[in-house]
Amino acid sequence: MKEFAYQRAEDVSGAVALLGADPDARFLGGGTNLVDLMKSGVERPGRLVDVRQLPLGAIESTPEGGLRIGATVTNSDLAAHPEVRRRYPLLTQAVLAGASGQLRNMATVGGNLLQRTRCGYFADVTKPCNKREPGTGCPALEGEHHNHAILGASEHCVATHPSDMGVALTALDAVVTYETADGPGELPLADFYLPVGDTPHRETALPPGALITGVTVPPAPVAARSRYRKVRERASYAFAIGSVAAAFDVSDGVVREVRLAFGAVASRPWRARAAERALTGVPAEAENFAAAADAELAAARPLRDNAYKVTLMRNLVVAVLTELAEEAAR
Amino acid sequence: MTTATTGRTTPKGVVGTAHTRVEGVEKVTGAARYAGEIPFADLAHGWLVLSTVARGRIISVEDGPVLAMPGVRAVLHHGNAPRLETHFQGVIGPPDPTTTLFQNDRVAHLGWPVALVVAETSEQAREAAESLLVHYEEEPHDVDFRGDRPEAYPVDGFAPGVVEKGDLEAELAASAHVVDVQYTTPEEHHSMMEPHAAAARWDGGRLEIVDSNQSTTWVQSDLAQMFSLEPSAVRVRSEHIGGGFGSKGVRVHQVAAVMAATVLQRPVRVVLTRRQMFPLTGYRSPTSQRVRLGADAEGRLRALEHRSVSQTSTVHTFVEPSAGVPRVMVDAPAHHTANLVVPLDVPTPTFMRAPGEAPGSFALESALDELAEKCGLDPIELRVRNEPARSPVSGQPFGARNLLACFHEGARRFGWADRDPRPGVRREGRWLLGTGVAGASFHAGAGPSTALATAEADGSFTVRISAADIGTGARTALTLVAADALRVPVDRVRVHIGDSDFGPAMFAGGSMGTRSWAWAVDAAAEELRERLALGATIPPEGITVRSDTTDAVRRLAQTERHSYGAQFAEVAVDTATGEVRVRRMLGIFAAGRIVNPLTARNQLVGGMIWGISMALHEEAVRDRASGGLYGGDLAGYHVATHADVPLVEADWVEDHDPDDPVGIKGVGEVGVVGAAAAIANAVRHATGVRHRHLPIRPDRVLMARETGATHA
Repeated sequence: MKEFAYQRAEDVSGAVALLGADPDARFLGGGTNLVDLMKSGVERPGRLVDVRQLPLGAIESTPEGGLRIGATVTNSDLAAHPEVRRRYPLLTQAVLAGASGQLRNMATVGGNLLQRTRCGYFADVTKPCNKREPGTGCPALEGEHHNHAILGASEHCVATHPSDMGVALTALDAVVTYETADGPGELPLADFYLPVGDTPHRETALPPGALITGVTVPPAPVAARSRYRKVRERASYAFAIGSVAAAFDVSDGVVREVRLAFGAVASRPWRARAAERALTGVPAEAENFAAAADAELAAARPLRDNAYKVTLMRNLVVAVLTELAEEAAR
Repeated sequence: MTTATTGRTTPKGVVGTAHTRVEGVEKVTGAARYAGEIPFADLAHGWLVLSTVARGRIISVEDGPVLAMPGVRAVLHHGNAPRLETHFQGVIGPPDPTTTLFQNDRVAHLGWPVALVVAETSEQAREAAESLLVHYEEEPHDVDFRGDRPEAYPVDGFAPGVVEKGDLEAELAASAHVVDVQYTTPEEHHSMMEPHAAAARWDGGRLEIVDSNQSTTWVQSDLAQMFSLEPSAVRVRSEHIGGGFGSKGVRVHQVAAVMAATVLQRPVRVVLTRRQMFPLTGYRSPTSQRVRLGADAEGRLRALEHRSVSQTSTVHTFVEPSAGVPRVMVDAPAHHTANLVVPLDVPTPTFMRAPGEAPGSFALESALDELAEKCGLDPIELRVRNEPARSPVSGQPFGARNLLACFHEGARRFGWADRDPRPGVRREGRWLLGTGVAGASFHAGAGPSTALATAEADGSFTVRISAADIGTGARTALTLVAADALRVPVDRVRVHIGDSDFGPAMFAGGSMGTRSWAWAVDAAAEELRERLALGATIPPEGITVRSDTTDAVRRLAQTERHSYGAQFAEVAVDTATGEVRVRRMLGIFAAGRIVNPLTARNQLVGGMIWGISMALHEEAVRDRASGGLYGGDLAGYHVATHADVPLVEADWVEDHDPDDPVGIKGVGEVGVVGAAAAIANAVRHATGVRHRHLPIRPDRVLMARETGATHA
């Protein structure tokens, strides 16, 4: 392996300073993705700045009634937190649907948002990949792509974002906070991931050298009735082939408010705004759920072998919303 | 997972009673050392460099810059490697040229071994190996496996290529019911927990290799021939093995370690990474199988054709003999079976748990289910009507064939009698439920073995045999066999295995290990007991008796011996998402005398879990453009997780063969046979859709429902 320097940061400004302007340096959280990528040669950092010991491990209520989740909170602690479970059931479900117990004990919230795609071409340095090596091409377009993107992709990259947690946070309008040498900043999750276009190697809008310090989840009473459902190719320990995060407020059989986000269909967690618009104010009935899903999926551009995802997402939306509507009617 | 098992025969000694593994405490406390972690003084580390092209020629290896890197001691490649003997008859045939490293400039597949970098530390070796520039003259490659490749040709592997009797077309034409279908199974990998690892050193003119393998004497014999050494000058040890499944024979890591240790005259260890294992340690070929069945109005077979095509590399032939399954399971007046192979620019496939039987039983046992439906018969009744009295091929009698007993006991325990045969009518919430059944068989062979039994002066006994415990519990089973033969308590017997110095013995493969070794251990221990009964005084060095079963194996009565089984599965399918979940499985087996119910059950249940994995998860995807695998690691290659493995029960029926002196049949492989078919048949029963292409992935279930047809 390539030798690398390792430093443990004591505080946030120290961490930002340690990383500095060094393009060869990386922040190390739980290491559940970065260390794998170092072993496969996708990442070859000269320096790791370990941020796990930073005082960013708390989950606190905000004055507005939301939650502020520190960047180094582990996935396990996030999922188990009583306020997360009470206010945002879909977030707990999403986190628990990901990885394995051991990985969730290590993985951090900040790292989860920055994890890289699990596209097999990206992970294999002997193969071309525009995300890993811009300009080398995308073999997934003609090659293996049954679990690649159907929404928002481009001819340069059809990789998907692997996070489950991110899908729930996207539905919840979460905001990412960060620190740079020039001071703090924040980005709504909706603007956090960049469109693919012809720059698939540029994944987020974070300024260079920025350290994610946390995620703020606004109050969302609608999330009291919410669900995360993930479909994968085995019952556990696999990335999604399609997932839905949904929160639903129904009264008198009419949809008052709805939040809907999709996973494993795009280069980022996909907020299904067209579906949300189609659903708001209409009767909570299966045909309306299907019509809403169709409104969102009209933009889908499936490849040779992933057209099933259009069907899958439509079926998932109908199934999850039907379940939530039945729950509301009880 | 529950595995309630009830023994029926009351054992006289310890054989037949449950014993935990004799090395169990060592294994669970980490005291048991594996090949990659046994310390050696002055050890150097080798790291293999694999080709990045799928076919071509090496033009140059730029070893200069790499030799200047920290800690690097040598770069071996075709330009400087020692010459090896490449034409010899090894234990299982001529060597696969993949293993006779660096003898020419040809590249036969992506991931072909092109160089070995040796350095002071493993990290230095890896960094240097990843920095090594190799230039190739690339040639167009062909990795496109299809069943209709015209160049497919029949091959006699470890089973005959083509076996035919009767007029197939005439019998098909005269049949009341005909099934003519195509099944496929994908490329599958052994994926055992412990990666391949070997350390080699020269010690006083003798080559010593510490390895993880399925037979120390096999590796010893082949390496001796390859390096032109006397077998007695080579010692191979393999104490603990974290799984083998057919992949741990002679492989590149041992050859690389010996080569480097010889060049550098110091100990060298070579360990493969998980990613390197995918192209370098064998795999199960994908198969394309056509099955044609013709039956009369009562469901009795008149015609059977099973034609299986698999792939091999361009440098070595291995055929996956899937069409061998009907040669044991069912007879018909016209009975045609053929195993064909297509050479492609891919790694050489090899034996993988139930080679032939696993994919072949998926096809045949699915086709029989299809035929039963056409005949309007219960699938078990169809099998009852077609149970052969003699071998369909050899005409020999079967030794102890208790297949129907397995079906009947399984049907009773599973609740088969209450089954509504109509497909697609049982719903529970979002799940459609169904049940399926399939038969299983596996050859019960034996290989010559030698064993040493010693009566020690302190009253204890030591048994030595170059057996391999690849996780099967063989060490424990042999301890029980020895204790019974010696008529002493288990705690007075120590069994040492995994050392080629103990003499020739069968390898751990073909479900023949325990049967073959127990025979030799029993013979040595029995003779020792008789000698001691004469009242001999035991000298300080003990009294040792050596057995050799070569003649006894040759004298074995000529009958066809197999183990059998009946697999039952219940599945739940969500057709809106394509998810398939196995709810419960029951396997009832007839596998001769069970030595240790605890470890036997462990192997059978493990095989059934392999079947779940084969049915629903496992699939190595070959990327046509590069010729290599897409996602060739355990993140990309899915095996069943605990959450996929619910209630899996294995049990067995009485299975006694009066003509067999050993009575043990082996349980390493029969557990996987038929399991995938039982699940696919259950999916059909649940949904009304027949899946003929494994694995039964969510997208395939979803699209099959969309199109109303089976996935093509």
